[in-house]
Amino acid sequence: MSSSIPLFQKFGYRFSWVGMIGLSIILFWGIMALIAPHIIPHPVGEIVDEDYFGAISSRFWLGSDYLGRDMLSRILMGARYTVGISLAAVSIACFSGIVLGMTAAVVGGWFDAALSRFLDAMNSIPGKLSGLVVVAAVGSSINVLIVTLAVIYTPGAYRFARALAVNIHAMDYITVARTRGEGILYIIGSEILPNITGPVLADLGLRFVFIVLLLSGLSFLGLGVQPPYADWGALVHENIGGLPFGAPAVIAPSLAIASLTISVNLLIDNLPQKIRDRSA
Amino acid sequence: MSAYVLNLITVRLLIAALTLLIVSFAVFFATAMLPGDTATILLGQAATPEAVAGLRNAMHLDQPAFLRFLHWLSGLMSGDLGTSYVNNVAVADLIGGRFVNTMRLAGITALFSVPLALTLGITAAMFRGSLYDRLVTILTIGVISIPEFMVATLAVLIFSVYLKWLPALSFANDVTSVWQLLKVYAMPVISLTFVVAAQMIRMTRAAVIDTINTPYVETALLKGASRPRMVLRHALPNAIGPIVNAVALSLSYLVGGVIIVETIFNYPGIAKLMVDGVATRDLPLIQSCAMIFCVGYLSLITLADIIAILANPRLR
Repeated sequence: MSSSIPLFQKFGYRFSWVGMIGLSIILFWGIMALIAPHIIPHPVGEIVDEDYFGAISSRFWLGSDYLGRDMLSRILMGARYTVGISLAAVSIACFSGIVLGMTAAVVGGWFDAALSRFLDAMNSIPGKLSGLVVVAAVGSSINVLIVTLAVIYTPGAYRFARALAVNIHAMDYITVARTRGEGILYIIGSEILPNITGPVLADLGLRFVFIVLLLSGLSFLGLGVQPPYADWGALVHENIGGLPFGAPAVIAPSLAIASLTISVNLLIDNLPQKIRDRSA
Repeated sequence: MSAYVLNLITVRLLIAALTLLIVSFAVFFATAMLPGDTATILLGQAATPEAVAGLRNAMHLDQPAFLRFLHWLSGLMSGDLGTSYVNNVAVADLIGGRFVNTMRLAGITALFSVPLALTLGITAAMFRGSLYDRLVTILTIGVISIPEFMVATLAVLIFSVYLKWLPALSFANDVTSVWQLLKVYAMPVISLTFVVAAQMIRMTRAAVIDTINTPYVETALLKGASRPRMVLRHALPNAIGPIVNAVALSLSYLVGGVIIVETIFNYPGIAKLMVDGVATRDLPLIQSCAMIFCVGYLSLITLADIIAILANPRLR
């Protein structure tokens, strides 16, 4: 830690220790998602415990699930689905939201008005409801989930990026660039984007949390990730029968979700002011 | 009320109506995109072509999608919600009693969560920066960052597994006494209250702190008013608009919360009906339930906007 602080200070950034804890937990889950298949102690699909809803023991660190499968292995593998699907969805949502938002701010006029009205209307369907409707119509698969989650969270990203871009667009240097005869692509990519990167990245983190929560909620209802795969929400769903006994199989995946979402929130809340409020 | 304010409100209501139209469009087409022919799916592979054609005709499936949308919309307006694919019962009959149940659950939750959230939010703002304030802030961020089902499962773990006060995950329909009624509603209401109150506390605290930061409240403090007097007499009257706005906005979180909570506790409401409908792909049922939820959500948000307009003294 002592070696990393001067490095950040060189760039003028300073992370508080709370933010550092958040960052390390996020990195931990990211690494776990990558290397899970190589480090899990038992195969995910194999019944290894003769008891179901087994307690925490030296052989099964997080107990066993409703069939007697090792919970630790299932959670480590679940990280791949929870983190992977959410990351893919948030990337698509923020990319399309930011591009559309900046374009609307630069183009203005009826394009801006129509797009804003339409996306605002999309925003007034509660996320969980859109998820249910789509799953009912086309069924649930990992690709459908990624696209659905991305579509649900695009309007929010659009709104945020547009509000920032409209402010930047009122600056003199944009007028200069326009007078110089630069095209929309140049203005968006070279003049506006560099000035909104910080807040947009913070927004991406928050949206990631929303997506993890929504994905877990859908999986918990049994409508998200389908067996034989299981994300953390699905793990809670399949083991909910152990709740009356307080089985670790219900508690551990819930804690995994909470650790990830709370860490992202902590990291964003403790980001250096410089990154968060560059537009202000 | 001036003509200007009236005008603003009318515009807001028109926007809400337009939004509802777009939403109904989205709900209808999302469910109409179903791959495969609905009539064939309903009748099975062995159906004769005549039977399929007959059903297609009866369900208006042979008409273009846009006409079917208009047909469906006019049905909704006149209270005809269609017929369930699964058991051939009118959707309105399926929803009827359950709608009342869901409204009752939401109402009881609002009754508990609003006073609780206002008290915590205002006192946290009053003693801003104190240990109490930080405790409330950390708790609310914690509740907001975890999924709703985790709040509910934690409530079950605490109140029924460890303390053994309340039944776990069971919703008995044989309610005979007031005591039983309380026991039956306790768990769903506690879980929902946590979810909704956390949002409300955050927004209320932010609204009050916004007012505390104004010069006239600082003047009150410099004049020698105590912190409670400064907040309750000087800041609060001006923060009422934003606070009521925050209450209406937070109550819209009930829509998402109710879906999870009704499923966990097996509560006989429309959210549970809808989740079951998704499992059986009962599209008319899903469309109607989705529209009910969207109308509820949209009315709360529009209400919040109108309150914000009315509470702004500059517009009066």
